[in-house]
Amino acid sequence: MTRRAEQLCESGAVSQRCLVVVPALNEEASVGDVIRDVKRVDPAAHVVVVDDGSTDNTSDVAKAAGADVITLPFNIGVGGALRAGFRYARRFGYRVVVQVDGDGQHNPAHIPELLVALEGADVVIGARFAGVGDYEVRGARKLAMKLLARSLSRRTGERLTDTTSGFRAFNGKAVEVFANDYPAEYLGDTVEALVIAARAGLRVTQIPVEMRPRMTGTPSHRPIKSTIYLGRVFLALAMSRIRR
Amino acid sequence: MGVHVLALVGGLIAVGFMVELLRRRQLKEKYAVLWLLVGLVMLVIAAWPPLLDDVARATGVKSGPNLLLFVATLVLIVVCVHLSWEVSRLEDKTRALAEEVGLLRLEVEQGVRAPDAGSRG
Repeated sequence: MTRRAEQLCESGAVSQRCLVVVPALNEEASVGDVIRDVKRVDPAAHVVVVDDGSTDNTSDVAKAAGADVITLPFNIGVGGALRAGFRYARRFGYRVVVQVDGDGQHNPAHIPELLVALEGADVVIGARFAGVGDYEVRGARKLAMKLLARSLSRRTGERLTDTTSGFRAFNGKAVEVFANDYPAEYLGDTVEALVIAARAGLRVTQIPVEMRPRMTGTPSHRPIKSTIYLGRVFLALAMSRIRR
Repeated sequence: MGVHVLALVGGLIAVGFMVELLRRRQLKEKYAVLWLLVGLVMLVIAAWPPLLDDVARATGVKSGPNLLLFVATLVLIVVCVHLSWEVSRLEDKTRALAEEVGLLRLEVEQGVRAPDAGSRG
């Protein structure tokens, strides 16, 4: 951790101005640990879990771990869950939102570093391939991610290597933009959000973070699945190009 | 002659069904008007078949039934696209409502943090 990150931690900057949003769908096995890890970084951190229509005990586990829980009445997708988080942040005056996935693959210890980078940008992505850690994907999925990275780097004017990472930090300006308009469609929540950010004149940047292997669930590495994923990426990119 | 009677009966049933749905307020006006129009056109053509051939000749289509099929397909495609559009709008609204319900539920559970919440203890 850098000195600036330590300073931010010690001054309680994480808790004072920052809301940690955790979108979660059936993550009862991991969401508790995610919340505890965030609290380890800053015991006073305010965590809100958005339970996107889980059928397991995600809500109860999250509450027991000390988070506030926004329980959506049914599943509306990550994009909707995030927008609910952004609206919560706006309603209660948080100036920074940090997004951490509920499956435990993001290490909350990197949150202070995201916040440091946020001092020079409006959106910071915790990127998985930027040199730290050994996260790796193969095949069509790798191609899809490269394609996304190249296209979105051009759009945002910043070199991005991991545009589908759900480990992100947003400042007040970005929260305002996304509370009004956060895309709902699959991939939209990562791809189109960056396009919207670029159009709104937000500065997007990335910092390298280490990913942990998922605590639960399996990553999708099967060839058919990743080919479909590639197709959707093409569609999402094409749509974002012509969309108003 | 039998075919014309069939078409006439079909058109009457279609229009009658629409009017009944409208009467029971099961159908929004904007959709009802469209289907009533379609039903009426069906009725007119069934009641006076030469009209179809006249229109076909006037528009340069070789035969009446060809024109009918073409127009029918076009109308159905437009209606389908319109319905997809409506469903997309409804999904957006549903999503916004779901988000709002989630936020409100949390606020109720916590006791509303309104400015005067403190005075009530």
